Amino acid sequence: MALLRLRESQITKIHYLTGILSLFAVAIHIIFRLIMPFGQSLSYENVVANYHNIFYVILLESILVLISIHGFNGLRIILIELRQLHRWESTITILVLISMVGVIAYGTRTIVIASGL
Amino acid sequence: MSNEDNKKVILKVYRTNYNKDDSPHYDKFEVPVKRWTTVLDALLHVKSYSDSSVGIRYSCRMASCGSCGMKINGRPSLACYTKISELKDDVVVCEPLPNFPRIRDLVSDFSQFFSHHKNMKPFIQNDKVSLDIDDKHDLVEFEQTHEDVDRYLQFSYCIRCGLCYSACPTVATDPKFPGPQALSQAYRYEADSRDDSKKTRFNIIDERHGIWRCHFAGSCSVVCPKGVDPALGIQLLKGHMLGLSKNNKKLSNLRTKNKE
Amino acid sequence: MGTVSNNKENNNINSGREGVRGWLNPTRYGWERVSYWLQRLTGLFLLVYFVGHVYETSSITNGIDAWNSMLELTQTIGGHIFLILVIGTSTFHTVNGIRLIFTESGKGLGKPGRPDYPYNPSSLNYIQKSGIWVALLLACIAMLYGGMVLFGEGG
Ligand code: SF4
Ligand code: FES
Repeated sequence: MALLRLRESQITKIHYLTGILSLFAVAIHIIFRLIMPFGQSLSYENVVANYHNIFYVILLESILVLISIHGFNGLRIILIELRQLHRWESTITILVLISMVGVIAYGTRTIVIASGL
Repeated sequence: MSNEDNKKVILKVYRTNYNKDDSPHYDKFEVPVKRWTTVLDALLHVKSYSDSSVGIRYSCRMASCGSCGMKINGRPSLACYTKISELKDDVVVCEPLPNFPRIRDLVSDFSQFFSHHKNMKPFIQNDKVSLDIDDKHDLVEFEQTHEDVDRYLQFSYCIRCGLCYSACPTVATDPKFPGPQALSQAYRYEADSRDDSKKTRFNIIDERHGIWRCHFAGSCSVVCPKGVDPALGIQLLKGHMLGLSKNNKKLSNLRTKNKE
Repeated sequence: MGTVSNNKENNNINSGREGVRGWLNPTRYGWERVSYWLQRLTGLFLLVYFVGHVYETSSITNGIDAWNSMLELTQTIGGHIFLILVIGTSTFHTVNGIRLIFTESGKGLGKPGRPDYPYNPSSLNYIQKSGIWVALLLACIAMLYGGMVLFGEGG
């Protein structure tokens, strides 16, 4: 609930920060795909091996969290600028938070299962 | 020369009267124009010689009062500040300002726009000075250098014509957003060395529909006829609010004067 | 002030708001408006891609066959074009986003001064405009490179 009471300037700071951090995280994520021929890097064995690398796992998880926050907050901004009924705004805020948590949870599930493969 | 003297353009004027169930339509008028004829001149010509019922609002005819704003050939402009010769078009379309409720013809309702402006508490607030003064001897002066003045002067040139408000893409869908005019006025007082009410104003604009709904589309500054550059003021204000830039403002001293 | 509100059907037109068309139309008011428009659309597109990407890669948890059939889906021409779009939009969104973080903190906009005719606003300067152009250019280069890698290998 405290999350809902964040000042809009604080949310903006979070938006900028998650944006910048995910730039670096995604860059490393892509480099992992480019250090070997593209087709090879996506082979099942190679990807599972990636998931066993703890640094890569942390990287994926942080991308997941950073982009979920950044992306869904962006969506919230667009939507609350479209309509301003009180009901609509609270619904949007709640839906956005749920989707954020949902995507993070779903992605984390993949990471946890894949690292145990 | 004679060619220029006889030039005529078609003025297409948006007409509607909500009191009379008059559905919106355009009326066309042929108007003679000279090199210096402004859109306002042409509209007044229409009122004098063709149709006196065309509804427009104007006063100063010199871009000072901010009442003649309208959409001219698709762009929010001041009718008195737009020369027809500069439009380079034989048809001049006049419509009411977008994003304002329409009253009649080219006249739109500014009450919401003004109330956003008022919300910013657009006056100097200073703990050292009371806001209600009855006795003129209690009036005080502040000391300001030229540099102090330069920091906010540009924003104080705003004539509240509403052009920026009608160009803003956020305002187009969000009536709660104060808009470029009001927000640049918030910066105008934030930058003024006589004002010390930073906290109050920050609280007003650090809202869900406050300053952060501006995404620097810059359209306000494109249309502003007075060089206020509201987009600049808003971004500078954001920088202060994020703590990423400092407002190196030194509060002015009161000038002590001898009471007679 | 007594706004005219006696006409029910005309209320929408009467409010005068441009509505969504106001921000969906990027052709007016110059490059900054284009940047505003693209930043939104690329953002939305990337969010859709992100959610889809989290979903598609979850097929790894269903074993090698599921993973390979998912890979096959992405190895089509349509999949490649989609990925190239992702490369372009993410490059633009990133570069322009970095510019905007600076801009929206008041950097690179010039200083307030004494405005004079013809009142060219200092915030709409070439630092800002070239930032947008560079973002567009880099997005194109990234898409070209991505196209070469993707189609180069497949073909
Ligand atoms: S900032 Fe410019 S465009 Fe906006 S109301 Fe003031 S003078 Fe008009
Ligand atoms: S009539 Fe006063 S600004 Fe145009």
